[in-house]
Amino acid sequence: MSTSSGRREMAEQKSIWVFIEHTDDHIADVSLELTGKARELADQLGYEVVGLLCGHDVDALAQDVIHHGANRVLLADHEELALYRTLPYARVAIAEARARKPEIFLIGGTPNGRDFAPRVASALRCGLTADCTDLQIGDYYIKKEDKTYKDLLYQIRPAFGGNLIATIVNPHTRPQMATVREGVMRKPAADAARHGVVEKVTPSFEPGDFALEVLSRQVRKSTVKLKDAPVIVAGGAGVAGAEEFALLRDLANLLGGEVGASRAAVDAGMIDRAHQVGQTGTTVRPRLYIAAGISGAIQHRAGMDQSSKIIAINTDPNAPMFQIAHYRIVGDVAEVLPMIIKSLRERSMDQRDAE
Amino acid sequence: MTDSRPIHCVVLVKQVPDTHNITGEVMTKDGTMNRNALPAIFNPEDLNALEMALEIKGRHGGTVTVITMGPPKAANILREALFRGADKVVLLTDRKFAGADTLATSVALQKAVEKLGQFDLVLCGRQAIDGDTAQVGPQTAEKLGIPQITYAESIIEIAGGKITAQRALDSGSEIVRCTLPCLLTVVGSANMPRPASVRRQMERKLAAAPNEYPALRKQWPEFESDQELEAYLTAHDLKIPIWTAEDIGATEGSIGLAGSPTQVHRINFVVLESTESKTISPTPEAIAAMVAELVHEYIVG
Repeated sequence: MSTSSGRREMAEQKSIWVFIEHTDDHIADVSLELTGKARELADQLGYEVVGLLCGHDVDALAQDVIHHGANRVLLADHEELALYRTLPYARVAIAEARARKPEIFLIGGTPNGRDFAPRVASALRCGLTADCTDLQIGDYYIKKEDKTYKDLLYQIRPAFGGNLIATIVNPHTRPQMATVREGVMRKPAADAARHGVVEKVTPSFEPGDFALEVLSRQVRKSTVKLKDAPVIVAGGAGVAGAEEFALLRDLANLLGGEVGASRAAVDAGMIDRAHQVGQTGTTVRPRLYIAAGISGAIQHRAGMDQSSKIIAINTDPNAPMFQIAHYRIVGDVAEVLPMIIKSLRERSMDQRDAE
Repeated sequence: MTDSRPIHCVVLVKQVPDTHNITGEVMTKDGTMNRNALPAIFNPEDLNALEMALEIKGRHGGTVTVITMGPPKAANILREALFRGADKVVLLTDRKFAGADTLATSVALQKAVEKLGQFDLVLCGRQAIDGDTAQVGPQTAEKLGIPQITYAESIIEIAGGKITAQRALDSGSEIVRCTLPCLLTVVGSANMPRPASVRRQMERKLAAAPNEYPALRKQWPEFESDQELEAYLTAHDLKIPIWTAEDIGATEGSIGLAGSPTQVHRINFVVLESTESKTISPTPEAIAAMVAELVHEYIVG
């Protein structure tokens, strides 16, 4: 617990916090992406960026957070924090947030981030917005109060209802909390010249915090590398079944790319969730995105509309995906994909003949 | 060794617009969605939570109570819960709950769960398909002052006042053991929800909330007044009770719009930027020309 003078000192320096997730001595990409975004927002506001790092024997990770843009790392090192658990981690965050009063608190939209953030927001009685696709700073006028709130965090996310984007604000409560999925923000390059303060904080647990114990944890290395794939061939509800999905795989292999999917395809059980592109999946920016039988709901488009070139294939000429596509093919996936595959194979054969 | 003690489960469920089956009729010309044209359904992962509770009851005995907060028509999913095997249901409905964000929703749910009294487990779906926030479960657990197991995929055992469960994570899974009472949020891969039983459907088809009495009496004119119908439903355990904000002791400032720290600053239409685009015929020649262009621009190859 910090002293009252410490609190006064903190109150002078407003801050943006980032929850630093890590496994096996490696910081999650999303935490570093958010550190970069926090740096950007903090520079705009004159705030400090603070990484909240809970763990055991994780001192070495603190510098990594600083090199990606943090001024300060709050390091809670304790054997009870070795593996992520809701209550011990939340205890540290809640106590420190109450004492230091951050303006903004950003958390990665991972399963554990989505376990942690609402628990902390509930205890602090503050607002939390899930799966933001953009974060900005701006003002907010409340007519009833005839008052303008300056420099609020605009928490921007697609809203249910088609092509709608909602901007959410929390004018009255602090911190302003938001979760963001991996890949939405760009990870800044590490800069070893950056310096910062590593401040150790001592957790004060209560017996009830250990109600849950982790008996075992299996981590499998994901073999799906959507985020960095140069080409993504993605399928949606318009792909009729496993056989047609195999065509996507063929084409992706031919192009040295990855198979992606819309949520509809994942929910239909055609492909594993690790392949999902979109607001609640992975955000991608490949050189080429082939959307096969994907209608193009905003939640999907939010995760791929930065692709350099987009080919859309759909039987429905009114599919929203066509509006952002560079190549529109009104046709059946089962007929069009084999044509693309054949054309690519013929080209590579011609090339070989020429050599 | 399993507990012989019965386990009392409370399941929190939500009626949602069926965003997974968006048909052409629902989309308007400008690409927005007509929310009212979507059928209202039982949130899919809440069905998995209900199924998990019913399986626990099957193994350990106990009770399954289902609570929903929503408009009066949300009574539909409570009937569905009864048909599937819930013992008791409660409809939280009040204009004062309207406009609630996840925090204000969790206050109402906390108060309702506490009003029910003793429980061992609270279960809910990981998230609802109309918002995908996954926040209400953990926020409710925090307010109830109980631990949480999110992303629960299976229960390994309940014994000695503790539950052992598997959590499904992005990059693997973990097995955790937690003291009861606790709250579980359940993922869709946890189980296959049982269908409604025909027998239960026959037995409980009259189940109704007070706001539905007039409509029900049109179907069953033998009940001459709401009071008469209510007496019958109560005697046969078919009355779906409605709890208001006052009933659960929620203060006005803590629920609904007033209790919501998040506010919608604005809603923007996304104007789809018309990219320079070409329409390609689905013919081998046109496709080959497109591929040639992509190769020429070093996009592929």
